[in-house]
Amino acid sequence: MTDATATTSPQNPARPAASLLQQTDRMKRRNAAEARFKAYGVAAICLSLSVLFIMLWTIFSDGLSAFRQATFSFPVTLDAERLDPNGNRQRDEMMRVTTIGYGGLLNDNLIAYLAERGIATDGVTDKEIAAFISRDTPARLRFMVLEDPSLLGQTIRFEGYATGRIDGYLKGRVTREIAELDVNVSVAQLDLADRMVEDGLLSLKFNWGFLTNPDASDQRPEASGLGVAMIGSAYMMLLVALMVLPLGVSASIYLEEFAPKNRWTDLIEVNISNLAAVPSIVYGILGLAIFINFAQFPQSSPLVGALVLTLMTLPTIIIATRAAIRAVPPSIRDAAMGVGASKMQVVFHHVLPLAAPGILTGTILGLASALGETAPLLLIGMVAFVANYPAGPLDGGILDPATALPVQVYSWASRADPAFIERSAGAIIVLLAFLLIMNIVAIVLRRRFERRW
Amino acid sequence: MTVTFLILLLLVFAAAGFFLGRGRALAAAQGDARRLHSLPNYYGWYGAIMAFLPALAVLTIWVVAQPIFIERQISGIFPVEQFAVEADRILLMADIRRVALGIDSAVAAGALSAADAIALNVESDDVRARLSEVGVALGSAVTAEVLQAAQRYRELAGTGALFRSIFTILVAVLALAYAIKITHSAMRARNRVEMVVLGVLMLASTVAILTTIGIVLSMLSETYRFSTMYPFGDFLFGLTWSPTFQGNSQLGLLPLLWGTIYITLVAMLVAVPTGLFTAIYLAEYASPRVRSVVKPLIEVIAGIPTVVFGLFALVTVGPFLREWIAEPTGLGTSGSSVMTAGIVIGILNVPFISSLADDIMNAVPQSLRDGSYGLGATKSETVRQVILPAALPGIVGAILLAASRAIGETMIVTMGAGASAKLDLNPFEAMTTITVKIVSQLTGDLEFNSAETLVAFALGMTLFMITLGLNVFALWVVRRYREQYE
Repeated sequence: MTDATATTSPQNPARPAASLLQQTDRMKRRNAAEARFKAYGVAAICLSLSVLFIMLWTIFSDGLSAFRQATFSFPVTLDAERLDPNGNRQRDEMMRVTTIGYGGLLNDNLIAYLAERGIATDGVTDKEIAAFISRDTPARLRFMVLEDPSLLGQTIRFEGYATGRIDGYLKGRVTREIAELDVNVSVAQLDLADRMVEDGLLSLKFNWGFLTNPDASDQRPEASGLGVAMIGSAYMMLLVALMVLPLGVSASIYLEEFAPKNRWTDLIEVNISNLAAVPSIVYGILGLAIFINFAQFPQSSPLVGALVLTLMTLPTIIIATRAAIRAVPPSIRDAAMGVGASKMQVVFHHVLPLAAPGILTGTILGLASALGETAPLLLIGMVAFVANYPAGPLDGGILDPATALPVQVYSWASRADPAFIERSAGAIIVLLAFLLIMNIVAIVLRRRFERRW
Repeated sequence: MTVTFLILLLLVFAAAGFFLGRGRALAAAQGDARRLHSLPNYYGWYGAIMAFLPALAVLTIWVVAQPIFIERQISGIFPVEQFAVEADRILLMADIRRVALGIDSAVAAGALSAADAIALNVESDDVRARLSEVGVALGSAVTAEVLQAAQRYRELAGTGALFRSIFTILVAVLALAYAIKITHSAMRARNRVEMVVLGVLMLASTVAILTTIGIVLSMLSETYRFSTMYPFGDFLFGLTWSPTFQGNSQLGLLPLLWGTIYITLVAMLVAVPTGLFTAIYLAEYASPRVRSVVKPLIEVIAGIPTVVFGLFALVTVGPFLREWIAEPTGLGTSGSSVMTAGIVIGILNVPFISSLADDIMNAVPQSLRDGSYGLGATKSETVRQVILPAALPGIVGAILLAASRAIGETMIVTMGAGASAKLDLNPFEAMTTITVKIVSQLTGDLEFNSAETLVAFALGMTLFMITLGLNVFALWVVRRYREQYE
């Protein structure tokens, strides 16, 4: 062994004789430094992964409760005298009874039901009992009755939302200590809520409304939902896919297969790599100045959002598509050329089909990043409060005002009522679910169709 | 005929062109495709393209030019000296257009007959009320002049639409006829079709250039307008940012720039060590199995929308820092702070730095490592003394790219950094950035003739310049480095 000679005959008198089996101080230091260095690496990974998990955990623990909703379920007698004073069952006459009238009816029914079930209401005034029912509920009852006047005079089992505070109490967000400080809810009301839950009058049910309702105003967090945001996002993704795929693929084909190497092509390439790194908010400014101010497209519309997101994702799609095209081996091109195909035929008949899985994967990932993009949409007005569903895609729905999922997350997060934070986190869960699905589709596509040459 | 209908009609023409062209070519070759220069379908495509593209070009030009032409005609009704500012004229034109479109949609909805629409006048009809019945809201009552202009607008638009249809169809038919006429068995249909396709591909590749031009032009023109309303030197070097609605705003860039730089600095202090050590561990230490699990997990961070990080900063990180650090040490009472936003942006940038640095370190040739190990260096010594110096330019490039992303980050700072513009050193104070102010100046109801709104474009221009400069520099550094080992 060569080492053995080194230890037995030290060349350098300044260096103490040492054995490999016996660590010198210097070696100990070096090994300790080595261990530290490795530990830093582990710590760095643990840090970022633990932040990731804490983030997902807080969002899921905050947001999962948005999918459940404190709901009343009690018999309501639809008093024909009160809801249709003239008794003609005419829609426009019945329209005159406002939601306030329906609210009164609901309250009276609730109070009567409490008395009937023997639920003690001591310490809670009738007005406070009325405050249990969401302001959204009378409007829904009114809509139901106007749609079907034959309900008048009947007793139906009606389900309605409880207000945000009671909902929060049932989910553990609102506690008695908070209630003592809160002018909107009293401890006595919470006690009554406990008795209602015991009776089965009030319970947490799966909240379909969260997925289908449009946004609601500040005072009615319980009635707000993601319906408009999901439609808006769906329209935008559809339009982005329709625009970005042909554009991106054409540009990539040109740059990869046809473009001569000259200054113009260089300029385009430098441009694309720079555009990929431009902050997304700059695209928002572009959209505001060009599409809304100059071209006069309607504000808050999915069309403008889609145009902005298309321009934003185009560079990434081009980069991914070019990589996919480049991965097709030249031998295939040569073979096709050899049997007499033109350059264009080679590309469209051979290269493109072989690159298709890669292109599709890249496009889906690009769409996923577009789906989560918020900042540019704020500037083109998609943060506005939209309470009406946009029309169908063929009836000009892409020009109607809408919001988008990530924008809804932002606008709920910036409202005062803490109930909206729950909604915001719930909206993130929906958004992440869509992103997960898109990523899984991309991974499956890649696994199934990717070829290695 | 509406534009949509015209385009559909053109598509029908194109389909007809396909079959006519193909049939004509086959007939010229007596049904024997071998006598043709190109495959029969290429003749068909040639016919379809000729029927569709020239007409579409005419239609596009017409659609763009007609409103400009009509506006010229109509502004003749109003004397030039009536407008003190250009913006007033634009507003009036928008009013006229809205009234005209409103009357049109009233006719379409059946609320007005075509004759009634022409006979509308301000004295006997409340035009505004009638239009609001069909869902067209007008800001103010309609004056006789505006109504007259609107009627003229409708008249011109109607004539324009008629000629548009006639002209488009004429071009389509003529071009198709020409295509059929020149189709014979020796015509190089494939080459012609491929030329057109190549042209379309080339056009698509210029969209990237057009986007850049659009960004630069839109921001330059608005920034110029801003500089006519507010002294540009005060914008660049002003120390106070306090926009007010009454005017007299102070719109100094420096507090925003300082907030941006400070937050980016904090973010980089988090992201660079974490990202680099992650990359070093993954590239040099981790077993393939660990790597195959950890690397995708780290990259999940990059796939999460930034608004999610924003909510995390707002709900979790901000209150945590306030309760455990800022309030006990008396440094601040605000949940939104430079620290909150900086730390969260830092975490967001970890996967970005780590995956770039990972690639760069993997590109360092194995022979350098082997040489270092052969001299007796430990792994960490090899990393520190051989790999990192060799990879340094690339890593610097990665860090610069990450910094540019941190500067342009919007949602996390909007939700986590606060909105008060100040020059302060305390990292637990709320501060604000360029992107936050772009968002706050450009959301809500906007008036595009006030300095308070237009300053957002100047801010956007500043942001674009800074990030573009960083990107170009970073790409240059990375490229220069890559050449060394290839």
